[in-house]
Amino acid sequence: MTTADSISERKSDSSDFFPKPSSGRTQRFIEKGAEIIFLLCALISIAAVVIICVYIFAGGIPAIAEIGLFDFLGGQRWKPYNEPAEYGIFPMILGSLYVTGGAVAVGVPVGLLTAIFMARFCPAPLYKVLKPMINLLAGIPSIVYGLFGMIVIVPIVRNLAGGDGNCIFTAALLLGMMILPTIIGLSETAIRSVPESYYEGAVALGATHERAVGTVVFPAAKSGILAGVILGIGRAIGETMAVIMVAGNQARMPKGLFAGVRTLTANIVTEMGDAGGLHYDALVATAVVLFGFILILNLCFSVLTNKKPKEGKSK
Amino acid sequence: MPETKISVSGLDLYYSEFHALKNVNIDIAPNEITAFIGPSGCGKSTLLKSLNRMNDLVEGCRITGNVTLDGVDIYKDMEITYLRKNVGMVFQKPNPFPMSIYDNIAYGPRTHGIRRKSDLDDIVEESLKKASIWNEVSDRLKRSALGLSGGQQQRLCIARALAVKPEVILMDEPTSALDPISTMKIEELCCEIKDSYTIVIVTHNMQQATRISDKTAFFLHGEIVEFDETEKLFSTPSDKRTEDYITGRFG
Amino acid sequence: MTMTGFRFDMKTYKKHPLSFLFMLLVWIAAALTAAVFIAVVGYVLIKGIPQLKPSLFAWNYTTDNVSMMPAIITTVEMVGISLLIAAPLGIFCSVYLTEYAKRGNKIVKVVRLTAETLQGIPSIVYGLFGMLCFVTSLKWGYSLLAGCFTVSIMILPLIMRSTEEALKSVPDSYREGSYGLGAGKLRTVFKIVIPSAGNGILAGIILAIGRIIGETAALMYTAGTVAQLPENVFMSGRTLSIHMYQLSREGLHTDDAAATAVILLITVFALNGLAEYIAKKLDKNKL
Repeated sequence: MTTADSISERKSDSSDFFPKPSSGRTQRFIEKGAEIIFLLCALISIAAVVIICVYIFAGGIPAIAEIGLFDFLGGQRWKPYNEPAEYGIFPMILGSLYVTGGAVAVGVPVGLLTAIFMARFCPAPLYKVLKPMINLLAGIPSIVYGLFGMIVIVPIVRNLAGGDGNCIFTAALLLGMMILPTIIGLSETAIRSVPESYYEGAVALGATHERAVGTVVFPAAKSGILAGVILGIGRAIGETMAVIMVAGNQARMPKGLFAGVRTLTANIVTEMGDAGGLHYDALVATAVVLFGFILILNLCFSVLTNKKPKEGKSK
Repeated sequence: MPETKISVSGLDLYYSEFHALKNVNIDIAPNEITAFIGPSGCGKSTLLKSLNRMNDLVEGCRITGNVTLDGVDIYKDMEITYLRKNVGMVFQKPNPFPMSIYDNIAYGPRTHGIRRKSDLDDIVEESLKKASIWNEVSDRLKRSALGLSGGQQQRLCIARALAVKPEVILMDEPTSALDPISTMKIEELCCEIKDSYTIVIVTHNMQQATRISDKTAFFLHGEIVEFDETEKLFSTPSDKRTEDYITGRFG
Repeated sequence: MTMTGFRFDMKTYKKHPLSFLFMLLVWIAAALTAAVFIAVVGYVLIKGIPQLKPSLFAWNYTTDNVSMMPAIITTVEMVGISLLIAAPLGIFCSVYLTEYAKRGNKIVKVVRLTAETLQGIPSIVYGLFGMLCFVTSLKWGYSLLAGCFTVSIMILPLIMRSTEEALKSVPDSYREGSYGLGAGKLRTVFKIVIPSAGNGILAGIILAIGRIIGETAALMYTAGTVAQLPENVFMSGRTLSIHMYQLSREGLHTDDAAATAVILLITVFALNGLAEYIAKKLDKNKL
């Protein structure tokens, strides 16, 4: 015990002013306890994903088994109120794909070109106005977009194309607008992170500003841009409220650009309130399919963003 | 009072694979200023940091050998917070916390359990006076410490270190980020307080070592080449490599 | 922000028509994006502001006045309770990731991956999960609490990410300074690191508030759609967004829905502005 003695002796002669520190053991105990609490909090997000998966899959997969995988995914008729009921979600899968595809066709070109503009063309004073605008676009609640679609886009489409205006085209247009900020944000960051030397190299060879940006800078940023597009697709396929307000929601095979359509998300929301038994479970199973799409997109996203960037080491 | 304040024996230190300190032995005497000099990457800062176990923060750092403070092994037999209270540190770049001047100084004492306002007030004033910065800041103790100049910030950091009443103060190139006048003030400060503290200073600046230190250790490639009275080391070095270094032939 | 080579040189463009076209397209796209913003916001404001009338803010909801006041109060309660759950969890999680976990720690990788996954899950899936778990399994019924727990999970990754970035931006010298004075890790984290990162954390939390306020799909089948003010957390209540959805759905109250949208937009924009302002202040402090 000589060392312990000498410590306490040292304490007594040097710290006349300081109260005796709490014993090392208590201190260590508190520190360790805190670390464990922090660790538990960190594990919450893992637990959340696991529990969500368990609930959704446990609720949905038995229903899929009961309906039959092929009849469920491939069935073209969704008639939960018929006798016997039919639960084919193929129309909704197609609906989601068409609407999302349309949103990509609208949102991606405009979004990418805007991102290029923001990163490489925008005069500084304009940037100060445009950048907050784009940030705010991301903050507008989807329900507000939905209202805008309902009272502005739908009547316009109705007048131009006939029908009642609630259709694939309207939904795609609205979703295209909604995914703009996602695509612009990530792509702009990706374009900005391309080393200046790429651009300089191209211009030094006599390329115009546009050519340098379009053929050298933009392609160099492609993995970041792709990640942005994927995130945009994820947002479009998962969007619910705005879509149900403008898509018509008829559970039938899509009949054309200007005909009504129901997406997977809309299927869940519109019928969840008054469903029971197998119908309810079939709706959860719809979410399983949706979840599947999202997980695939997420996987693509993490593969793209975690990939070590080959570019950037150019000096 | 023993003639050795800190004793290092057979110290080896590795950063992952890199062998940063090789069999270092040194005895640091109380109430003196000991300077560590040597070229960049020679291990002088590393040794300094192992004297109050700041190296514990570095991942992959392994240490073997003994470091004792007044005869007690600081790695085995001493609580780390207790060690650091007694062996304070001043860093290369002034690092005041983003809070008021008062709270910066009071942070240490509060950490070690002092809560009474009047006690804290006393400590703050006393520490700032010792660090010769009281006159400059006494009227703005509640203002952010980040508003001070670089030299003032560094003296504030010294005051902050003094506030926990340490016995040893480690200084890691404390003036390398400062202008000559601030540097001079800090050097004067070191000489003023050395009667009550043991000071170990790492410096790039050999003039600084000659100006303020009593003993100097010259480091090269993780080893102590020579350790002697400052005057002797700079006038008649016994090792060829020391001579080369102090006459500016390399480094 | 480099303005590399922005110029309008007709001579060059004559020689390079494709470059001209590209430049044109880029400007048009930017104009379209701005147009979307102006159209959505402008339309909602023009349509909604004239509809704002005192009866919309009456204390009690009736089917005649369709007051949004109970919904506003419910929203505030929802935000408060959800933050009470999610903010400490999110902040502590980030503290673990940045301050405690060793580099290359497996847990960190998994946590990041799951946070990314959480962020990608559509709100309707959260809603469904909340219904299955909190409403049905735990037998809370449609209730404020079920809604709060659901959105808490939803905003968790948001808070985690912003906090992590904020903690990472705290210079190591602060930590060293604190350890050097003999402070333990816990004290260093709570007295030095978190306060220094305060603004960044706050900005993230404010964005999370915006997300809760704008949320609809996750709340419809968890918190429910009852228009009156819930008396306790086990009763159903509607937030402002759901209120707006219900109004627009019934077809009779589109104008009132637009008025509600005005309030929603203003709130969300104000929160965005606040977050930006706080984040900017943070940058200035870093000088």
